Amino acid sequence: MDQAAALLDYVLRLADSNLVLGQRLAECCGHAPELELDIALTNISLDLMGQARSLYQYAAELKGNGCTEDDLAYFRTEREFRNPLLVEYPNEDFAYTILRQFLFDAYNQLFYQALENSSDARLAEIARKSIKEIRYHLRFSAEWCIRLGDGTELSRQKMQTALDDLWDYTAELCTPNATDQTLLSTGIAVDLEQLKAPYFERVEEILTKATLRKPDYEPFQQGGKEGSHTEFLGHLLAELQVLQRTYPGAEW
Amino acid sequence: MTKSINIAKLEARFQAKVDAEQKIEPKDWMPEAYRKTLIRQISQHAHSEVVGMLPEGNWILRAPSLRRKVALLAKVQDEAGHGLYLYSAAETLGINRDELFEQLLTGKAKYSSIFNYPTQTWADIGTVGWLVDGAAIMNQVMLTRTSYGPYARAMVRICKEESFHQRQGYEILLALSQGTEEQRKMLQDAVNRWWWPSLMMFGPSDAESTHSAQSMAWKIKRKSNDQLRQEFVDATVRQAEYLGVTLPDPDLKWNEERGHYDFGKINWDEFWAVVKGRGPCNKNRLKTRRKAHENGAWVREAAMAHAEKRAARQKEEGIA
Ligand SMILES: [Fe+2]
Ligand SMILES: [Fe+2]
Ligand SMILES: [Fe+2]
Repeated sequence: MDQAAALLDYVLRLADSNLVLGQRLAECCGHAPELELDIALTNISLDLMGQARSLYQYAAELKGNGCTEDDLAYFRTEREFRNPLLVEYPNEDFAYTILRQFLFDAYNQLFYQALENSSDARLAEIARKSIKEIRYHLRFSAEWCIRLGDGTELSRQKMQTALDDLWDYTAELCTPNATDQTLLSTGIAVDLEQLKAPYFERVEEILTKATLRKPDYEPFQQGGKEGSHTEFLGHLLAELQVLQRTYPGAEW
Repeated sequence: MTKSINIAKLEARFQAKVDAEQKIEPKDWMPEAYRKTLIRQISQHAHSEVVGMLPEGNWILRAPSLRRKVALLAKVQDEAGHGLYLYSAAETLGINRDELFEQLLTGKAKYSSIFNYPTQTWADIGTVGWLVDGAAIMNQVMLTRTSYGPYARAMVRICKEESFHQRQGYEILLALSQGTEEQRKMLQDAVNRWWWPSLMMFGPSDAESTHSAQSMAWKIKRKSNDQLRQEFVDATVRQAEYLGVTLPDPDLKWNEERGHYDFGKINWDEFWAVVKGRGPCNKNRLKTRRKAHENGAWVREAAMAHAEKRAARQKEEGIA
């Protein structure tokens, strides 16, 4: 893989991750357990969408030929999306929503912190702008994990069920693929191998505080970053893309 | 001195204060009927903000560009914030949010009937911003001068955001009006469906309105329903012309003598039917709110249980 293709793939991975997770959180808008939570989840969704837009705009420039952020968000198929599988997992209930968020935020914070040192100036700048928001997301989702894990017996059970399911999707986050390898030598990409240990350390620390049991299997699901997704993603994209696909060429 | 003379004195002092344009604050004495009227009105208003999130939320996931998606998401979030300010204002009158929610979920409390209409296309999102937020603003600008202090102050914050919402809605429609044939059709169709329900938002005509006279005397309201409706029509006709859409009323025309637009007769049968629960979405709106509330019960309970555990632990540590 050449550097240019790898960089585009990398930027799209970051953009897609934010868009897909932002869309999942937006599903909760108007339906959260209480108004304050509704506002907080929407805030996170708005941050993620804002970051996604900066990233898509950068990717569109890399592509050239008048490509726009919306072309990339609305006219790529499920096989072309590059987000890790975790973020596309549905909101089965609030436990899934908050655990998905925590498992992602814990990774995302380490990732963006490292990305600030990327040799790609644009990515470093986006990382600098995003990191404060991401720190806040992590604080919020970690606190809610603890609250719901160490809340009532019912809430602990629901959190454990969600954790047992979602755990499988943590494998992919810190596992590099060909794209990462290509960009590592030029100092553009974050060294994911380096994040693995601190990631699981941090996650386990919060799970312990939340009185949750770390699942006793090795997580193994992979493929999102190469465009091989769960059945959930196609539905999410169908909804997200419907108007652009129905009226191609229209301006909104 | 008898009790009734006492109350008459307090009422006179209260009315004098209102007449002198001084704000009534939570700790001030107020007639029981004033308190009740305000609780009803403010909570209805709060419920409207919260239920109003649903028809617009209906298009967040399908918004046609990232820019529009972010703007709509932020708008719906604003409405949640409005709901919060208003519930807080209602709480200053001695009722709590749980009770108010209960009234909404059991159907005892009303919310604005406009939110019982469906948002069928993307153009509805622009139209709701333009007409529904637009009509709401007429009412809310008046309420920034309402006699109850916490309500008036909540309205000042809310009004700023509402006028932003209206502009945002209008901008969606402008894009459609400059778009393809299909987009222009979508726009006209949405305006056709939302125009009359928007006029109904101001409530029954003055002759039919039961609470109006007393509310005016207490300066909760300062303009009648018909007056506000007229102001809305006058302001909106030119905006419609600029958009190039037709408002679906053959009787709509400028009346030189009155200095206002005349408009056709509102279908009050439809209005009352929707108020009484027979609108297209009444059942689903409540069902959705109830579902969110029920699905969230374990979360609220867990948060409380956790806070109690934490407090107990801190106490223990304090002793040890
Ligand atoms: Fe509103
Ligand atoms: Fe509002
Ligand atoms: Fe609004």
